[in-house]
Amino acid sequence: MEIYTALRQFADSWALLFMTLFFAGAVLFVFRPGAKHHAQEAALIPLKDDQDD
Amino acid sequence: MALLDKHAIIERNATLLLVGSLFVVTIGGIVEIVPLFYLENTIEKVEGMRPYSPLELAGRNIYIREGCYTCHSQMIRPFRDEVERFGNYSLAAESMYDHPFQWGSKRTGPDLARVGGRYSNEWHVQHLINPQSVVPESVMPSYSFLAKKPLEIGDFSTQLVANLKVGVPYTEEMISNANADIRVQADPDGDHDDLLARYPKAVVGDFDGNPQALTEMDALVAYLQMLGTLVDFSTYDETGGYR
Amino acid sequence: MKYGKEIVLLTLAAFLALAGAALGEDTAFRSHMWVLFFSLAAFTIVLLRQVSWASVGDPASIPLRSDGTERYLDGPIRYGAIATVFWAVVGLLVGVVVALQLAFPQLNFEPFLTFGRMRPLHTSAVIFAFGGNALIATSFYVVQRTSRARLFGGDLAWFVFWGYQLFIILAATGYLLGITQSREYAEPEWYVDVWLTIVWVAYFLVFFGTILRRKEPHIYVANWFYLSFIITIAMLHIVNNLAMPVSFLGSKSYSLFAGVQDALTQWWYGHNAVGFFLTAGFLGMMYYFVPKQANRPVYSYRLSIIHFWAIIFLYIWAGPHHLHYTALPDWAQTLGMVFSIMLWMPSWGGMINGLMTLSGAWDKLRTDPIIRMMVMAVAFYGMATFEGPLMSIKAVNSLSHYTDWTIGHVHSGALGWNGLISFGAVYFLVPRLWGRERLYSIRMVSWHFWLATIGIVIYAATMWVSGIQQGLMWREYDDQGFLVYTFAETVAAMFPYYVMRAVGGGMYLLGAILMAFNVYKTIRGELREEAPMGGRAPALQPAE
Repeated sequence: MEIYTALRQFADSWALLFMTLFFAGAVLFVFRPGAKHHAQEAALIPLKDDQDD
Repeated sequence: MALLDKHAIIERNATLLLVGSLFVVTIGGIVEIVPLFYLENTIEKVEGMRPYSPLELAGRNIYIREGCYTCHSQMIRPFRDEVERFGNYSLAAESMYDHPFQWGSKRTGPDLARVGGRYSNEWHVQHLINPQSVVPESVMPSYSFLAKKPLEIGDFSTQLVANLKVGVPYTEEMISNANADIRVQADPDGDHDDLLARYPKAVVGDFDGNPQALTEMDALVAYLQMLGTLVDFSTYDETGGYR
Repeated sequence: MKYGKEIVLLTLAAFLALAGAALGEDTAFRSHMWVLFFSLAAFTIVLLRQVSWASVGDPASIPLRSDGTERYLDGPIRYGAIATVFWAVVGLLVGVVVALQLAFPQLNFEPFLTFGRMRPLHTSAVIFAFGGNALIATSFYVVQRTSRARLFGGDLAWFVFWGYQLFIILAATGYLLGITQSREYAEPEWYVDVWLTIVWVAYFLVFFGTILRRKEPHIYVANWFYLSFIITIAMLHIVNNLAMPVSFLGSKSYSLFAGVQDALTQWWYGHNAVGFFLTAGFLGMMYYFVPKQANRPVYSYRLSIIHFWAIIFLYIWAGPHHLHYTALPDWAQTLGMVFSIMLWMPSWGGMINGLMTLSGAWDKLRTDPIIRMMVMAVAFYGMATFEGPLMSIKAVNSLSHYTDWTIGHVHSGALGWNGLISFGAVYFLVPRLWGRERLYSIRMVSWHFWLATIGIVIYAATMWVSGIQQGLMWREYDDQGFLVYTFAETVAAMFPYYVMRAVGGGMYLLGAILMAFNVYKTIRGELREEAPMGGRAPALQPAE
């Protein structure tokens, strides 16, 4: 039972908050202004390949 | 903005991407599955549970081979209608020796978790040979070949040994008697005392209506007749168990 | 001799199989080894023939080996495209047969062709044979194009292709012989599992090696999805199939886990086979072929990154929703439910990303039935990923579990999302792989689209009705407090729905046969004379 209790406490305490903040951070990180250029470049990768069509 | 430039690193470093995604996909499995091996309530002991007798195990292997689990569940949920229809809801301990479990996911046919003792051997044999002759609405296939096919025993103790290796508490005595036990359980004239001492509540006698031959039908019916019968619910203490 | 080493190895393996056929502990194993022997012998003969018969001159031939001047290694992809179409027809055909078996039990032929043995054949044929070949072929295509590098490992890609076909043959014949672990979607026995592990490691090496040698600085997001699909399936496959064989010359094994632990391991696998095989892998397909066919970049590349991390993190937790109200501890059930509901968001993020890729080019839906197919696939993805979280809610699940509702849900995802996106990819690939100007017939694609779409709608709607009716009949009480229906009565009530379901499935199969014909003609280099799609002036079109 101790492991379950420990996990439960972990989930109920700061872990949930941490995961939520981490997720929000990740979203903000990906959508930060500086990433736009990289993303646009990467999005064009499939269309740049004109060799085979 | 040195930190923010790290973003591109994951996107450009294949190994990092690999390790990162592997890490992310392991978390859920570890948190959910690993505790099950340690928590007492998932492996709570219940009186009456014992390993399958050799004939029951052979029958269970036929049940698996024919894909019975594709239409029949062996897991009664704690709802009024299910308990009334099929019997007491299933306990975790009741499948503790099931390698693999047979809970199923679809009920095209009824749940079989407690089918043991509900019908006669003759009914089961007739039903397996021609299901529609006893249940006209049934869509179950015929399994008449089971009655003709002799049970392939080989050295059956190897089956028990393999189960022992994955944690089923077969004793040395059970293993050394496996080849005799499998035959005597379906023999109406055999001496069943030792078998019943090793496997209490085992159903003994001829199952398929043909005492001369030990067929796959014998094994399958022996398995069906013991399903859900090991735990005595008139004495089972519900407060002790958790589900 | 060009393939000397391979032929020697194959012959040796064939002799080992023969030894297994002679020395096997049980009848099923011996029969299975005969199957293996004949398959290996056939492969050897194919290889011997290829050595002398490599007729590259014939335009209809399938070039086995891409020569050194070619930039990409496309041979295994050509074979993969053909295998995809072939297994699609086979798997769907078996599906229609098992559907009919449920309506008309006389169609079961014991011992080999009963529902219990045919059902795993159907599920494995469509998921692993059709879906798996589609994933392997498209991933090899996509990773080369988006990395601008030739496949890593040379002939290893050929080993992956043929090794995977051997796995399919062994799995399929094993089911009919009654060799099964009874773990849904992981039925093959231990030795077939070992073989698949070897093939899968080779697959990983080819794919990952190609990414490592890429000439493009970015790893395109489609490859992320493919990569996570490959490694996660490897992990799931190994853990879920841990078992103790009775003998190394026998077919039977016993699962390492028992009861509750076994059930959760199996559904952790089972749900993530959906999450990573049927979702992540096919999302990789979506992120390449939709932008390609629409000829515009994906709507939001940054959304796709969030989509990726969110989906792989959340999916892995959702397995316990297959075990609601069972003997699995409550906390695990609740965890599974919560994560399943959360999954709705990233799933719809992905759907929006796929659909909005077409923003500003919606007119293509009218003229291009391939893009129409892809868009419908994404729409069904959205529908199935809405229905899934709904069904994972315990109260809903108490009704839907064990009924046909689940079957309907699975098929709206499998037929709608996986099927249609794969068909779209095949239609995209075949003319390019064989250097054809276009498909044999575009109008046939349109026919395929409508047959498939109407087929799915009939299938899913029928299963909703039958599933909910079944669930309600099981729990219906009269005012005296007695159950109203016997179980047998609820079985009889399903008959009309099972017939309708077979009709829907039959239409879907018909569409796939049309595709097989179209692909065959395209490979032969023929062009059907037909009026182009959307030929009429747009002004005359009714509002859509």
